[in-house]
Amino acid sequence: MFAAEFEYRKAGSIADAVRLLSENPGAKLLAGGHSLIPLMRFRLARPEVVIDIGGIDGLRGIRISDGSINIGALATHAEIANSADVQQANGLLAEAAGGIGDPAVRNRGTIGGNLAHADPASDWATVLTALGATVSLQGPSGSRTIAVGDFVEDAFATALAEDELITTVSVPVLAANQRAEYAKMAHPASFYAVVGGAVVVTMDGDRCTAASVAVGGLTPRPVKAAAVEQALSGTTLTMDSIADATSRLSEDLSAAGVDIIGDVYASADFRSQVAPVEVKHALLHAIGLAHH
Amino acid sequence: MPNTVPITVNVNGRSHSADVEPRTLLVHFLRETLNLTGTKIGCDTSQCGACVVKMNGVTVKSCTAFAVQADGADVTTIEGLAQDGNLTAVQEAFWDHHGLQCGYCTAGMIISVTEIIERNPNPSAEEVRAGLEGNMCRCTGYNNIVKAALAAAAAQQGG
Amino acid sequence: MTTRIFGSGIRRREDPRLITGQASYTDDIKLTGMVHAAILRSPHAHARINGINTDAAKSAAGVLAVYTGADIEGVLNPIPCAWAIPDSDLKAVAYPAIASGVVRYVGDAVAVVVAQNRYQAEDALELIEVDYEPLPAIINPEAALGDGAPQLHEDAPNNQAFHWVAAGGDTDAAFADAAVTVSETIRQQKLIPNPMETRSAIASWSPAMGELTLWNTTQNPHIARFVTCLVTGVAEHKIRVIAPEVGGGFGAKIAVYPWEMITAFCSMQLGVPVKWTETRTENYLATTHGRDHVEYVEMAANADGKVTAVRSVVYAGMGAYLSTAAPGIPTILHGLMYSGPYDIANIKADVYGVFTNSTPVEAYRGAGRPEATFLLERLMDKVGDAVGIDSVEVRRRNLIEPFDNNRDVAIGITYDSGNYSNALDQLLGHIGYDRFRHDQEHEREHGTFRGVGIACYCEICGLGPSQVAGAVGFGGGLWESATVRIYATGKVNVFIGTSPHGQGEETTFAQIVADEIGVDVDDVEVIHGDTDTTPMGWGTYGSRTTVVGGAAVALTMRKLRDKARVIAAHLLEADEADIEYADGQFFVRGAPDRAQSIQDIALQANVAWNLPEGIEPGMEASTYYDPPNFSYPFGAHAAIVSVDPDNGHITLDRYVAVDDCGPQINPMVVEGQVHGGVVQGAGQALWEGAVYDDNGQLLTGSMMDYAIPRAHLVPDIEVHSTVTPSPHNPLGVKGIGETGTIASTAAIYSAVMDALKPIGVTSLDMPLTPERVWTAIQAAGYTGNGHGHSHGHDHGHDHGHGHNH
Repeated sequence: MFAAEFEYRKAGSIADAVRLLSENPGAKLLAGGHSLIPLMRFRLARPEVVIDIGGIDGLRGIRISDGSINIGALATHAEIANSADVQQANGLLAEAAGGIGDPAVRNRGTIGGNLAHADPASDWATVLTALGATVSLQGPSGSRTIAVGDFVEDAFATALAEDELITTVSVPVLAANQRAEYAKMAHPASFYAVVGGAVVVTMDGDRCTAASVAVGGLTPRPVKAAAVEQALSGTTLTMDSIADATSRLSEDLSAAGVDIIGDVYASADFRSQVAPVEVKHALLHAIGLAHH
Repeated sequence: MPNTVPITVNVNGRSHSADVEPRTLLVHFLRETLNLTGTKIGCDTSQCGACVVKMNGVTVKSCTAFAVQADGADVTTIEGLAQDGNLTAVQEAFWDHHGLQCGYCTAGMIISVTEIIERNPNPSAEEVRAGLEGNMCRCTGYNNIVKAALAAAAAQQGG
Repeated sequence: MTTRIFGSGIRRREDPRLITGQASYTDDIKLTGMVHAAILRSPHAHARINGINTDAAKSAAGVLAVYTGADIEGVLNPIPCAWAIPDSDLKAVAYPAIASGVVRYVGDAVAVVVAQNRYQAEDALELIEVDYEPLPAIINPEAALGDGAPQLHEDAPNNQAFHWVAAGGDTDAAFADAAVTVSETIRQQKLIPNPMETRSAIASWSPAMGELTLWNTTQNPHIARFVTCLVTGVAEHKIRVIAPEVGGGFGAKIAVYPWEMITAFCSMQLGVPVKWTETRTENYLATTHGRDHVEYVEMAANADGKVTAVRSVVYAGMGAYLSTAAPGIPTILHGLMYSGPYDIANIKADVYGVFTNSTPVEAYRGAGRPEATFLLERLMDKVGDAVGIDSVEVRRRNLIEPFDNNRDVAIGITYDSGNYSNALDQLLGHIGYDRFRHDQEHEREHGTFRGVGIACYCEICGLGPSQVAGAVGFGGGLWESATVRIYATGKVNVFIGTSPHGQGEETTFAQIVADEIGVDVDDVEVIHGDTDTTPMGWGTYGSRTTVVGGAAVALTMRKLRDKARVIAAHLLEADEADIEYADGQFFVRGAPDRAQSIQDIALQANVAWNLPEGIEPGMEASTYYDPPNFSYPFGAHAAIVSVDPDNGHITLDRYVAVDDCGPQINPMVVEGQVHGGVVQGAGQALWEGAVYDDNGQLLTGSMMDYAIPRAHLVPDIEVHSTVTPSPHNPLGVKGIGETGTIASTAAIYSAVMDALKPIGVTSLDMPLTPERVWTAIQAAGYTGNGHGHSHGHDHGHDHGHGHNH
């Protein structure tokens, strides 16, 4: 497949990128290219101007400070997956990164590009929502920080203004008594999440004192599962209590007021029905009850 | 006239400068401009891995990168693996263990297996399979590719 | 005596160019002045074309020409179908290279742009305006035959392409008398072959010479030349077809497509070389698909499980037009195999070929025989259930007894040799069948669902006797050829008519040569794929290359050995009857030091200074080998799967194959064929399927949607073999290229049904997606967690991961 013609601009800095965005309405940012280039090859996206931000050093790197993992928007999935610091600070972050796409895709695809594309099947959106991560955005009038759960507004729609770009994704370091897991039913061809469930549980012995649960893949944007969280909080986690809690996911999906996605591989009904199973699997793994 | 951008890419140890249309994919630059046709195109969607090359030390799908993004980069293709006619351990192992049939996926497979072993010198069969999830083969059922990868790892450990 | 080269798993001689990136596939080739074609394809499954405006495209940057259906009219003849099944009322409907008036599937060609480069050609495609008037479309082959269905072709009422019946015995009587009858509706879903190399062609027309050269990703260059001659009108001797390195075929590169004919047309119009290469997305629409049957099948048996009859009504989708070999697949290669490895006295196959608004269907690895095996194995399982015996036992009671030279079956064909029960016995030993059954019972009590599936098969391949080919309507012969030339230096070229594309015959044929005449295997080079340099042959498909083409090579070597013996006798001044041959040496009986090597003799033959009276110079011979019968390899395969009842996810845990292709020339190559075939069949069972919406739009239109097997989703394939030589083949060999695919879909499907047996699931459509499996589990009333589970056992962990006992 062959992209339509476009003008190429290379941004040397974050400020340069913001300026180019302002000057070229409708321009697309190019980082790892794994969201944009396939769309351009199919001519489903045909921007007149493409701004390459791949050379901006200010968007690179992973730094941990004050209980927060600050990930540059250009960090690749592989860099996150392979970072010993990330693995130690937040194992789920590394594990989720290592489950995206395939090795070559992970070597090139970036966390910022993934979030900005806002594919409903994105693992990052679901995982980062459960983890309570934030994204920092830079525009002509300054920067702002927004929760990932609010940043992703709908399928392929985000809170990014036309002249903003993502600079950093910040994720809390997990506390010693926190466990976090992600389980997904992956599409066998695309490896995208048909249904994904991410959980963070804070434990006091066998008892869960707080829970954060998000599901994605089946919804246009990740859905925070308040009813499931509530059922888990204050509960001793067992097979039965987990099954009871996850069975409340349907309440959360209804409350979210979003359409459930269905396609030729998995219908909306099926996705709704197995979403609790994926959350359950994530919880069982989190507390060590799963057998692999 | 189409707009073009000058780029310089170091491919297999040789520097190449060219003016390319921004929309030119890296794989088209390698195949059409540099005549390095060992890298293949198998899909439009980053699934198949026939186009995998190394760029700046890591595997990338060259059908999902524009050539302009490789400006200043070091790229290694299948043509750049064997030095002075000496096959790499991975190439030898693919040959010894019948790790290819039609050969179309082979360039991508060999580059990917090379990276798997670089990252994990002693992988299990399961780890090799996981490492090849982005490389499709329709001929071998992957059996002998996995066997070749394990043999190459063992050979490198031994040597 | 050195180790015999025949039977030795040497590494392949074609590999060095492939592992270094030095091989040239069609799209790798560049010719001076070459320009690029891109084809505009219909976005509608069925529509009338009321007008096309190409003005803007013609004036776009870099564009040399734009052609539509009107331009080819009277210049390019329609694409012919080469397999006209007799007594079937076959409708050879017009198949224009570029549609004119009506498009009949998404992908039908509407126009072609030729430009300086491919990007420009794609840009110009967007500028072509087509006024379509959409018409209703039909995709399901059974529904397409029904009343009121949209009609594709005026001259094919009810969309019926053909109706073919084959029968042996008295099936109706057998069903009337049966103690047990079972039936099943089987949907053999439409499959996309997916060779990793998409299709590609380069046409180069020499106006001065009136010669056309066509580089073409084909499995059969000589057939391609013949058909190119019919379509373009260029005389056959003025056409050269070259199949360079070909990146897999699996049946999808048998057909001669409109696309390379369009490419040839463009070159002939413009007088410059033209390249056309498919994108993968285009491949999914424009390269032939496989399978697409709706089948109603039944089996009759005695109370003890002895099968007495099998019959079917099959609606086989042909797609919008009849592809080159398409009609032969659901008929000759399917209906005639309803006995499989079993002794069944009464058989009837009733097959309708039906036009639908979808990509034409062709051979796809196994072609007809996976479907036949699947229905037999499915029904065999059901007979076992009906009479209350295990799936192995019911097969045992029906397998044909061992035979080593010809066995007639009721449908009217004669198998060459077989020992089916031995293959089954070997399989059961390798897989530890009894132990598995024991463990399985225990696991089920704990809510873990594992299953084992067995598939016994016998298949027809090594196509085949030309007289039979003619009798069943195949538009050509099915013999093969070889020319072998031994040079003065003792080096050998083998020129073959077949066209391997990954199967390794550059190595295995060299092994035949080395084995027959004692030269080093590295002194042999096998040449194939170019109609100008190779003798006529019919191509590589139907597991025929080694069986028929390899036999031609062997017989040629025996001719050369005979000639060498005459020359040796002359040189050694001995009587010809006293010359013995061993390991490349011709020597006088009783005096092994009085010897001439094949190399010595080749030198003498080539210089011709001292040849015996009546012996021609040169060391070259040819053989045109027409096999007396088909080849009937067989075997038994087993799959073990786990099913997670929570989400319907299936894991293929283990796969064991026992195959018999007679003596193996290169066991490593044989194993490779089985590995790949098994995994391809697993794809049909578990992941693959071309899905269309009601308007005929392909919903699985890219590799992001159509799931072919990946490395991490399949286990190590365990391969074993038995050896039962074919009595009629000069090497005793049988085909092996398709056996894996023929058995594995059935074995894996059976394993899943076995796993789900305690839950009460009785039928599932393929592919066995989590949703289908989960939905069936729910419909059977299984709720998991021990609540309402048919066994009623409480179990703590129900998330589908087995426990160790």
